[in-house]
Amino acid sequence: METLYAPPKTLHRVATHYCPGCGHGIVQRLIAEIIDEWDIRGKTIGIAPVGCAVLAYNYLDIDMSEAAHGRPPAVATGIKRVHPDNIVFAYQGDGDLAAIGLAETIHTAARGENITVIFVNNAVYGMTNGQMAPTTLLDQKTTTCPEGRSADEHGSPLRICELLATIDRCSYLTRVSVTNPRNVQKTKAAIKKGFRTQMGKKGFSLIEVLSPCPVYWRMSPIDSMRFIDDEMSRTYPLGTFKDWEKEGS
Amino acid sequence: MKSSLHNKQLMTGNEAAAEAAIQAGCRFYYGYPITPQNEIINHMAMRMPQVGGTFIQAESEIAAINMLHGSAAAGARVMTSSSGPGISLKQEGISYLAGSELPCVIVNVQRGGPGLGDISPSQADYFQAVKGGGHGDYRMIVLAPSSVQEIADLVYDAFDLADKYRNPVMILGDAQLGQMMEPVEFYKPAKTYLPPKKWALTGADGRPKNVIKSFYPVKGELEKFNRRLQKKYRKIEETEVRYEEINTKDADLVLVAYGTCARISREVMNKASKIGYRIGLLRPITLWPFPKDALRRLSQRVRTFMVVEMSAGQMVEDVKLSILGRCPVHFYGRMGGGVPSTNEIINNILEVLPKINAADSVEMIEI
Repeated sequence: METLYAPPKTLHRVATHYCPGCGHGIVQRLIAEIIDEWDIRGKTIGIAPVGCAVLAYNYLDIDMSEAAHGRPPAVATGIKRVHPDNIVFAYQGDGDLAAIGLAETIHTAARGENITVIFVNNAVYGMTNGQMAPTTLLDQKTTTCPEGRSADEHGSPLRICELLATIDRCSYLTRVSVTNPRNVQKTKAAIKKGFRTQMGKKGFSLIEVLSPCPVYWRMSPIDSMRFIDDEMSRTYPLGTFKDWEKEGS
Repeated sequence: MKSSLHNKQLMTGNEAAAEAAIQAGCRFYYGYPITPQNEIINHMAMRMPQVGGTFIQAESEIAAINMLHGSAAAGARVMTSSSGPGISLKQEGISYLAGSELPCVIVNVQRGGPGLGDISPSQADYFQAVKGGGHGDYRMIVLAPSSVQEIADLVYDAFDLADKYRNPVMILGDAQLGQMMEPVEFYKPAKTYLPPKKWALTGADGRPKNVIKSFYPVKGELEKFNRRLQKKYRKIEETEVRYEEINTKDADLVLVAYGTCARISREVMNKASKIGYRIGLLRPITLWPFPKDALRRLSQRVRTFMVVEMSAGQMVEDVKLSILGRCPVHFYGRMGGGVPSTNEIINNILEVLPKINAADSVEMIEI
């Protein structure tokens, strides 16, 4: 019988620690699929963050490093400078990338480091039981804004792609989601483009993935996907904010 | 064994630290400006492009130490440098480096503290360096040079020790050692056997993946890992202690000092011996591992110790722990950027040391 589809070899066949309906499993599987399709296991190095994806190195069968909270882009920089022909990606959540590690995010982009950041934005600190993140939506309830996020009290949500788009050395910035098969395929294409950006030494690339956290959104997995489509993507519109191929740079 | 690479040249301690790193094969340096270590970052910015290396002025001390983490994980020789406040910022990163067993070299050109303090020489970061300023049960090998030449020599050794034990190594200097100029000679590093870095991240090409981490969430794993770390630390304590001992044989008082204070103490020893006092010097070169056995041995025949530091008294605690009350331990320290003069120290010695020769009197001594 002909095999039409099989799990990627680069993904270990183990149960993950992710909650039911979480988006991390989808994104990590996409990374594994791309590594298989392009046969780049031997040259890909990943960085796992502090946060829900801390154990990504247990699921992806590639060389990986841990990084302190917020520092994956700095660690990725250190690795990429030693191995400039390898594909180096930093896998980060919103607390990691947009709160404690925002300086590293901005300056790694400003240097135009040839790395790819895969930014999983689920608008909440999942690992620590659902506190407010920099990307938590207005009126969204979390354990540290139990009455809902208020702009006056907690500040406004940070739009990372829009923020980074002002940086000249930033080469590829896009926001995608994993709410349906079409969007999942778009996410896969975006990660591929991120990898192609660094393979062509075109500079810094970041793929922001709007991803569900049903447990701390207190929604069913299906309602979480709808929430992304109907609510979250209004604050964080999907689309490409910088593209070196279109700018001819 | 060592072959000379250049003729002697006049250099600041900071420049010597940077150049020695390059001679030792370090091709990756990440730093952030802070006085009094700026000659290191400036020298690296000039030299790294000449040797095909990488220099990045990081956006913060935190970014710099994490870039170091990346390059160390990728298998390269890598260095960063800073002073007081900047080293404090690096502490989380140092804990991760120790927990991930990554070899690297960190230079601390100490300045006065706490807080912003000042930019004068100090030795008040001893506790931070030796006891671990970051979280968790970890150790750094800490080397304390006391001349520009020794800075260069110890930087070579620091890279070897880091690679040998997969552990961060700190060079603990100070503003005086970093800023002063002395003749220095660079050697082609002697070839020592170092284990291949099979654990490094290179891309898992035709081999099982490598993972660099310090996270052990499964119950019992972290304790097991910690036991292994402690075993490594015991081995370092057994193998790598270094110190210099001068005139201790018949000494009535032994000065214990490192770095700048050891230089001053050596002068004190020479002056005091001219007027009939038997003063010795024990100079720790490794602050961790600490030369506790040497001190214990000395305590069996020496009447008293005096520890001299540019701090409120930090290393003195390790001296006391080493000799376990066998004889008195006196302390003379200056703080907040103050550097002790030889006369200050001699006057303090005279206060604590019973006169050896009745003919001598304090008043008669001209120093």
